[in-house]
Amino acid sequence: MSLPARVSLLVVAFLAVVAIGAFVVLHYFLGGPPTEDYASGVTPNTGAVVHVVMQEDAQNTVSTHPDWVSYFIQNPKTKAWVHTTLFQVPAGSRIDMTIYGFDGCTPLRNNLWGQVTGTIGDVEYVNGKAVHQLNSYSGCNVGHTFSIPGINLNAPMGTSSNPNANLCATSPCSPATTPKSVYKVMTFSFNSPHATGTYFWQCRVPCGGGFVTGFGGPMQTFGFMTGNMEVVS
Amino acid sequence: MAAESSAPAQPAGPSGEPNHGIRIFIPWLILSVVADVLIWVVWGPHLPPGDMSSSASNQQFDIKVMAVMAAPVMLFVLVYFVYALTVWRHREGDEEDGPPIHGNTRVSATWITLSSVIVLALFVFGTVELVTVQGAGSGEGASPVFNTGVSSHPLQVQVIAQQWKFTYRYPQFGGFETTHLVLPVGEWVEFHVTSIDVIHSFWAYQLGVKADANPGVDNVAYTKINNAGTITVRCAELCGLWHGAMFDYGQAVSLSAFDSWARGTETQLASVTKILPPYALTYDPTVVAQMSKAMVAAGLTGGAGLYYPPNDPAQP
Repeated sequence: MSLPARVSLLVVAFLAVVAIGAFVVLHYFLGGPPTEDYASGVTPNTGAVVHVVMQEDAQNTVSTHPDWVSYFIQNPKTKAWVHTTLFQVPAGSRIDMTIYGFDGCTPLRNNLWGQVTGTIGDVEYVNGKAVHQLNSYSGCNVGHTFSIPGINLNAPMGTSSNPNANLCATSPCSPATTPKSVYKVMTFSFNSPHATGTYFWQCRVPCGGGFVTGFGGPMQTFGFMTGNMEVVS
Repeated sequence: MAAESSAPAQPAGPSGEPNHGIRIFIPWLILSVVADVLIWVVWGPHLPPGDMSSSASNQQFDIKVMAVMAAPVMLFVLVYFVYALTVWRHREGDEEDGPPIHGNTRVSATWITLSSVIVLALFVFGTVELVTVQGAGSGEGASPVFNTGVSSHPLQVQVIAQQWKFTYRYPQFGGFETTHLVLPVGEWVEFHVTSIDVIHSFWAYQLGVKADANPGVDNVAYTKINNAGTITVRCAELCGLWHGAMFDYGQAVSLSAFDSWARGTETQLASVTKILPPYALTYDPTVVAQMSKAMVAAGLTGGAGLYYPPNDPAQP
């Protein structure tokens, strides 16, 4: 092989390796779902009220995993539903959460997580009714949980006993056009920490169907059933 | 020869060579004594994992013994290395080959004997330390045998691992379950470690307790709390995405403070305790699965209302 050919081959091989490395970095480390910004325009550490809106669907029609259970977060400005589980809140604020539950029920692996903790008053409201704990073993009443272990927050999501509750054909589901008997609305409030940082959240219901102990797949993938709450100031 | 001309005239052998053995042995001995005293007296009390519990202080003692035995070995290598670099180094103008090296039976026999003695001594020491100190804080399985000296009524604490949190049940206080680990000073604790999903490992660092948490297995570990303080609990088995966040902080408090906390928590958590399964050494997820199937059969659940068994990955 001639010298120019060998040099060319070397350059091509080098560029190929660089390209593969760049793809890995961009795709796996820097890629991922967007972060919904609920912090902009809010002065941190003043107790200001921030309203975060989410929904959980039994499946989704917006990803390459249509059979994966999934959360969506509403963009605070456009009000559009975004397929992500990352959101940003201001430090030292009151976070009012609203979560629409469009999924059916699944028993908790540990019924301890049927208890509401870490919210203001250790209470949540399911369709406006105050709830301190849900027993997932006694009936079809827990769909998922919204849990932030770093602040001891645990809110079990109530579900409709309607067996078709998870049949939202197109995701994200629309609270406006879906009959109210199909889904439930959970509301609760908690205080964001004064310490800035990343607080991961997860669902404690083993709802990752098709994976070991129901805790793989969507349970361990950003954009589906786990994510981060970024507390900023 | 340069090496010979520069060699000091101190203890010399019949050939005119100084007695290298003595010249290496004396500084090694002095350094070893100093190092061992420093390790035992100065560094030892600060070695991990501390002395918050019986198992921790025993582990600290074991590490001190290991360090005291290892230091002379390490120092011998270093002293010999420095001595060789200094005395036997190649000198300017010296083009002569070094003397031929022959085997030395006495030296070989010495290091083989010493190495064997050290290793066998550590084997015996390790075995004794495992047996006499209630398993040294490690999980002993469902039928622990290293429990000599444990009080007849230790505080039982069940550690339940799950992705990605440890929870703790106190069967002697109504079986309440909490996310907080609180232990009394001066009391023996009998941990029952299990998991309700994948394999975890309960590691209470300051207590010197580490026990695997396997689903369907009751893994028992003992310790006696010596001092009050904060306990760092971590999962020591890679268990999924948030394994790194699977930690919490417990407290070792006075007996009276513990009693007050336990009784208060038992009352506070009474309602949630009622919906927990009865206390058991392990929890079988298939029990819940059967309940779930019954719910599905009764038309109470949605299409996804199924508890996924441990052997999933079959689609439900």
